Parts: sequence; C-alpha cells; structure tokens
Amino acid sequence: MLRSKDTILAWIQAAPLAVVLLGFLVAPIIMIVIVSFWGATEYSIYPDFQFDNYAFLLTSPVTYTVFFNTFKYALITWAFTLTIGFTVAYFLAFELRSLKWQIALFLICTIPFWTSNIIRMISWIPFLGRNGIANQTLISWGVIDEPLDWLLFSDFSVILAFVHLYTLFMVVPIFNSMMRIDRSLIEAARDSGATGFQTLWNVIIPLCKPGIMIGTIFVVTLVMGDFITVRFMSGSQRANVGRLISNDISLLQYPSASATAVVLLCTVLLVIAILLRFVDIRKEL
Amino acid sequence: MTPADLELVSLTKRYGSTVAVDAVNHHFKAGTYACLLGPSGCGKSSTLRMVAGHENVSDGAVLLGGRDISHLSPARRGTAMMFQNYALFPHLSVRDNVAFSLKMAGVDKATRHGRAGEMLELVDMSAYANRLPAQLSGGQQQRVALARALITRPQILLLDEPLSALDPFLRVRMRAELKKLQRELGISFLHVTHGQDEALALADEIVVMNDARIEQAGSAREVFNAPRTEFVARFMGGHNVIALPEGHVALRTDAMQLIDPAQAKVEGVVTAIEYQGTHVALTARVAGDQDVTALMPDAAFFAAPQDIGQTVGLYWDPGAAHKLKT
Repeated sequence: MLRSKDTILAWIQAAPLAVVLLGFLVAPIIMIVIVSFWGATEYSIYPDFQFDNYAFLLTSPVTYTVFFNTFKYALITWAFTLTIGFTVAYFLAFELRSLKWQIALFLICTIPFWTSNIIRMISWIPFLGRNGIANQTLISWGVIDEPLDWLLFSDFSVILAFVHLYTLFMVVPIFNSMMRIDRSLIEAARDSGATGFQTLWNVIIPLCKPGIMIGTIFVVTLVMGDFITVRFMSGSQRANVGRLISNDISLLQYPSASATAVVLLCTVLLVIAILLRFVDIRKEL
Repeated sequence: MTPADLELVSLTKRYGSTVAVDAVNHHFKAGTYACLLGPSGCGKSSTLRMVAGHENVSDGAVLLGGRDISHLSPARRGTAMMFQNYALFPHLSVRDNVAFSLKMAGVDKATRHGRAGEMLELVDMSAYANRLPAQLSGGQQQRVALARALITRPQILLLDEPLSALDPFLRVRMRAELKKLQRELGISFLHVTHGQDEALALADEIVVMNDARIEQAGSAREVFNAPRTEFVARFMGGHNVIALPEGHVALRTDAMQLIDPAQAKVEGVVTAIEYQGTHVALTARVAGDQDVTALMPDAAFFAAPQDIGQTVGLYWDPGAAHKLKT
C-alpha cells in the first residue's frame, strides 16, 4: 500500500518536467517528423505520406555539398575553440594562484555575452571589410599593398565569428574539469620526473577529457545548427544545412524544411553518440 | 637504492613575512626510520616538501649523501615522495601508476611493466595490477603509492602523513608494514606525522618540531622518557608537568606512586578516576591547582581502591623527574 503511494508521489514529482519536455521538445519534433512527409506545391502544403521530400534531399548534389560544408565549419571551429579554450582554461586553473583572480578573469571572459550574438557578429564587419580597420592597418604598416578580400564574406570570417562566439562554451567545462584535478597529482607527476609537457599530456589532458567532450558537444551542435552566423558573415555567399532549412522556410516549403531538419537532427545525434562512446561524461555531472 | 645521509643546513622557509621553517639544522643518518613529529602548522610538512623539492628553499640547504640537492628538480634528487592522499592517477591502472616514472623516463613498455610487476610483488599487490585506484581500499591504495615511490630507487623515501587517511585498525597494520619494508629495503624513511603513538611505534629517531624549530631530537625512547621542554613532555603525552620549587619537571604518569600522605612528596585530592582496561588513571589536584595523573596497573589500584574526594600522597623516584628547560 505504502509502496503504491510512493510510486504515485514519484510520478507527481516527475510530472511537471515531463509535461514541459513533452509539450516543448517531444511534440514539436513529432510535428516536424510528420510534416516532413507532407506534400507541397508552390503555394500550398497538404497532409500526405510520401517520401518525395527525402528522395529529393538525398539525391540532390547540393545537399552533400552543404552537409560537407557544415561538417567543415564544425570541425575547424572545434579545433580552434578547443585549442584556445583549453589554453585559457589552463591559464585560469593552473597559472593563477588566487581564487580572487580566477573568478575575476573568468567573469571577464563572459563579458562578450552581455550583448547579443548578432551584435557581436556584426561588429566584425566594419573591422574586416575591404576598407575596414584590419585592412587599413595592414596597409599602413606596409604588410600588404592591396586590401585583402578574403577577410570578410568568406569561410575565414564565418569561422572567425564561430570561434569568437563559441570559445567560452569550451572554456567553461574544461575549466570545471581542471578545477577538479587534485593538485597533488601534478606534484606526484613532477616527483616521478615528468616534464611540464609530459604532465600535461599524461595527467591533465586525460583528466580533462569529460570537460573537453562536453565542450565539444556544445560547439558541434551549435555550429551545425547555426544559420544566422553563416548568412551574415559570408554575406549570403556560403551555405550550411541551417541556411538550407531557413531558405525553405522563407519559401514556405515547410515539408522540405522539415525533412532537412530531420536529417540534420539525426546527423547531430549520430555525431554525439559517436563522441559519447569515447568518454563517459556522467562522471562530470 | 644506496642509503645516504640527509642533512638540513639552517634550512629556512618563509611565506611572505611568516617563517614556516626557521633555520633548522639536523643530520639524519643513512638507513634510519626518522619521524618528524609536531602539531599542525609547526613546519614539519614544509620541511619535508623542501627536501622533496616541491617547495622552494628560502635559505639554507638540503644535502643528501653530501650532495647539495636544494635546487634540483624533485626527480633528480634521489628522493621519492608518498603523498598524504596517495595522489594516485585516477585514470591509470595500478600497473601504469607504478610504472609512471619509468614511462616518463622513456623506458620501453615491456621493461617498465616488468619492473612495475616486481614492485607490486614487493608490496603484495600483484593481483590488483589491472585495477583502477578507485577500485581499491585505502590500505591497498597506500601500497600502490609506496610501490610507485619506490620504483625510482630513491635513497630516501619521504612520507607525508601516510597513515592519516586510514581507519585506526588499518593504521596499526600499515605502520607495521611500513616498518618491515624499511628494514628490508635498508633505505632511509622520513615520515611526517602529528601522532606521537605512530612516531613512537615506527621511528628509530624522532624529531619533534614546534613553531618552525626543532624542539628535541633523539631516539624514540630518549624523547619519550626524557623530554627536554614542557612542549615535548605535553605533546608526547604520558607525562605530568609539575611546577615545583626547584623548577618545572616532567614525570611519567606511570612513575607516580600512591603512598601515605605523611611520607609523600606532594599530596592532593582525587578528582577523577578513569578505568582504561590494563591500567587505571587517577587524577589528583595538588598544591597550586595543578592536576597530576598517576597511571597504575589495574591490579595495584583495585588492591587499594581510592575514591573521588580522598586525599592521597604522591611519590616518585628522584631519578624519574626530568628538569625542563623553560
């Protein structure tokens, strides 16, 4: 009797979150999956169960180019955010001795987040443009004679913006992992004759793996799902999957957009599943 | 693993304006089990960490086998350290933990696993070579930490409160193992502890530290039996410190005898009686509001039992009283 009462209580306790997740996560995804099988004309969409959207998507060479581009952005952004994020986290966690400075500098890292993503992106444009600050400075230094064209509206500017936007998502989980490393382990490594680099490679990096993995999941999912950064920073000259979807939506091709979204979702989930096979992040939660 | 003498030459550690270790001089003989004993904050850990090379020497020098090692890196000193919480690498198996220093030195896998196997054999942990540290008990982790420290063939092993993380039963067992291992290996052990029972049980030589200085050094028996200062007498326990007209003296509680007040050196009123199994501890208040404890075999006590509030006389052999420096 008591047991069934406990069970009911447990259900009640779990219910609010379950309702929220059902209403705002599961239901929309189901809706997207359903719509992805619908049909569309130039001016209307109609309920149906057909594979045309997927067939078109998976046979179009554009899809593969765009998916390749998306992976390219994700991979390059991941490499840069990891390198920069790890270095910053290392500095915060190991080079600074006092907690006061650690907290102060950590907060400084978050200052860019006081403005919106879009503003942070757009502020690059006057800097990188043909007559922007970067080109003018380089010309006045005599480094270059002609303005560099690839600074803005290129893969370079897209990746620069991604790295700028998302490095902090690497810093935070890696810093968290590093702060959990017992300092006597570093001394023990030194005592065993490890050089600074050997300690980094054999002790610190392995112990930071869960943090690196969490940061990786953040960055990869954010970059793969992005469309606005690519649009602004490439001046609409580059495409990724997000832009494919947003274009379809602006043309009211919801079924096609849904099909692309489903394929993207599956791809991202697959990537995360592969990542999670390498590292157990539950230790960190 | 040739044992070597360890010498501290006016070794000093300053943190800003505070002096943690104040010009300490001491000579540890090769192949001895030495304990640095003292309350927390007395500078014993800083001393050990300076010997190990994990703390910079502010002044003075550390000599090992006549060689000045004060400014060498920890690994090149011929010392090895066992950390208080063992500091085993949580992501490496027991075998890889033990072989870590060999890996760092670039020894090939077969050789280092062979050596690690020998070390695990030595500490009787061969069966656990493939486990992770988290899968071991405290005592087992300690043995792995020992094996990891010893694989570098140090001339002296430095132990930082190695037994404090263990429960009391295990502590007694592990200290017997430490002692046995030291005798078998013949190298010097320098063991930092705040437990005087641990120091007495283990040490060939006890160095008592207080307030950044060495209070007294000597064999365990000497330090316990003839404390030179009030601090040592109180810290080692088992002593009464009594202010007598001729000055402060230390008297072992088991050297106190109860006799007829008429013939006593001092007399007092019994304030507490504590039964301790093999012994009975009787506390009496004597002149000058001083508490004096007499420890007697339980048979002797119950042959002539006392009660709280009774007046008793206390007597001791003149040779049992040790004058204390003030």
